[in-house]
Amino acid sequence: MTTELLTNAPYIAAGVLMLVGLAVIFYRRNLIRMLMGCSLVESAVNLFLVAMGYRHDAAAPIYTNAEAGAKMVLPTVQALTLTAIVIGLATSAMMLAFVIVIHRHYGTLDINEVRRLRE
Amino acid sequence: MSTPLPINACFIPPLLVGFPLLGAFLLPLAVKVARPLRTALFLFVTAVTSGLALWLAWVVLANGGAPVSYLFGAAKGAALAVPAADGEMPIRILFHIDAASALMLGVTALTSLAAALVAVCSEAGATGKRFFYPLFLLLVGGVYGMCLTGDLFNFFVFLEITSLSGSALAAYRIDRGLAAEAGLKYACVSSLAGLSFLLGTGILLAQHNLLNMAAIAAHFAGAGLTRLDLVALALLVAPLLLKCGAVPMHHWTPDTYSRAPHPVSAFLLVSSQASLYGLFRVVFTIYGGAEGFPARTLGLALLAVAVLSMFIGVTMALLQHDVKRLIAHHAVSQTGYMILGAATCLFVLPGAAQVADFGRDALAGSFFHMMNYALYNGLLFVGAGAVIYRTGRRNLDAMGGLARAMPWTAVCFGVGALAIAGIPPLSGFASKWVLYESSFRLSPFLALVAMVVSLLTLASFVKVFQSMFLGPEKAGFAEVRDVPMPWGVAMVFLAVLTLLIGLFPGVVMDRVLLPAADALLHPSAYCAIFEPGVP
Repeated sequence: MTTELLTNAPYIAAGVLMLVGLAVIFYRRNLIRMLMGCSLVESAVNLFLVAMGYRHDAAAPIYTNAEAGAKMVLPTVQALTLTAIVIGLATSAMMLAFVIVIHRHYGTLDINEVRRLRE
Repeated sequence: MSTPLPINACFIPPLLVGFPLLGAFLLPLAVKVARPLRTALFLFVTAVTSGLALWLAWVVLANGGAPVSYLFGAAKGAALAVPAADGEMPIRILFHIDAASALMLGVTALTSLAAALVAVCSEAGATGKRFFYPLFLLLVGGVYGMCLTGDLFNFFVFLEITSLSGSALAAYRIDRGLAAEAGLKYACVSSLAGLSFLLGTGILLAQHNLLNMAAIAAHFAGAGLTRLDLVALALLVAPLLLKCGAVPMHHWTPDTYSRAPHPVSAFLLVSSQASLYGLFRVVFTIYGGAEGFPARTLGLALLAVAVLSMFIGVTMALLQHDVKRLIAHHAVSQTGYMILGAATCLFVLPGAAQVADFGRDALAGSFFHMMNYALYNGLLFVGAGAVIYRTGRRNLDAMGGLARAMPWTAVCFGVGALAIAGIPPLSGFASKWVLYESSFRLSPFLALVAMVVSLLTLASFVKVFQSMFLGPEKAGFAEVRDVPMPWGVAMVFLAVLTLLIGLFPGVVMDRVLLPAADALLHPSAYCAIFEPGVP
């Protein structure tokens, strides 16, 4: 039971992180908080990916370092996660830049007031 | 059945992505050499890429739609793109092009060319071109990548490239913060959509250790689907529906399309189309051949999405006064038509007789409408953009009598308006007709909705054309002239294409659309690359 819980802990953590992130996006009225929610969801997906490739008792996937015939963790997901982190960084930076511009022109970050396009 | 490309064409697939990317990063250097070099280089890169894309599309279609592939980093051997039996890592990415991808390449090539010509004029007097052109090229390269790639994770990367450059471009002219608001909205939903797609991809990878679309499809065709595969299906389909602007998730569409610079609006349509293409790829190629694929349930859900998109899009459009916002609402409605055909085909997918009877035509009709829509809706955006550019007004009530001052724009916009309303002999009529006929066979209700929406579209565009171009001239338009030459050329180019496709729909149907539909309906040809014995 305990082992099962421990093996699944990363997935549970990823699920919780994702729910928290989505809740922040949908229930917070502040743009910066919403972006924080986006980042949380992104971290949850990344955590899921990395956890997926992990094998107990396995070495880091570096051929030159590992002993011959040793088990290795799956490197594909690590490559995917690295790419996803870089993309996430670019997205966050750009969205924060938009928020700065919006704050400069509207003087507020409340999403109830940042909706001039609808009018 | 993977046919080797003719030796002089096998280098094209990577160039379609590499050339725009290289161009994007060369542009800031070019301006250090000489300022006019920048515009020239921008147009050159777009034109060469478009030419190469059309060439590749032609080669694929001339081969009878047999898929061609390009493996990065190896001369041949698609097997390197999937895990080998001895446990080696799959380190290669495969570009896999069949008739459906070829169709998308053609659409992207034609529209990006027109949009680039417009961009050169519309941005000519503005500052900040330093980043505009590179971002535009990134967007173009990203869309090409989405059409070319045969790898789910690679598709995600290109999806994010288009999302990033698309939202940066949408917000490029800040416009008292309004455009930044539109850009933020687009970036936020795109980022969530991308993460959902990544999660779905991750679930598939976790179960099957595969990322390659053809390899997953081949695996599904043999082994059937697990319950987690269906979860992954939902996680893949939902973001692609969001990115193409279908109804329950369409709220970003009017904001982003209406506030983006005019050429960007025209090309963002194509990036949405590429998402729709990805949706078709996932649904038909990857899952379509699998045992236990809930084709009817998903088909029914997509039919509901289609009907709602068509109806809500056009109803919202009737209420608008801002001309670009109005066209953007019509974009939602037109997306509904494209989903309608594919959903009809998906609904009857389990019955081979019905697929042959009308399902295949419905899917071809979907592709036909995608192709036409990119051309005529792009034309409407650059036409409306021309009026806004010259008059500085976006509100329909403040315009009038512009046909005398802007005859070329009026004629081209008229062609686009008639095409979107489905008036013969323009392209919109041909594709809508295929969709009416095929969806009628499934349920007359669907065809009825499509026809009513088409009538409402006509009503809406009669109003737009009348208030923009006809009637007495409003004050303050004495100085208004027609658009600069390249802009006019782009509009005439799109209008002529719309007319030509409308005049010869049979040729397009037989040469391009039916092969594209067949490519999706028979995934075995697409997966053949991973059958034993194929190098």
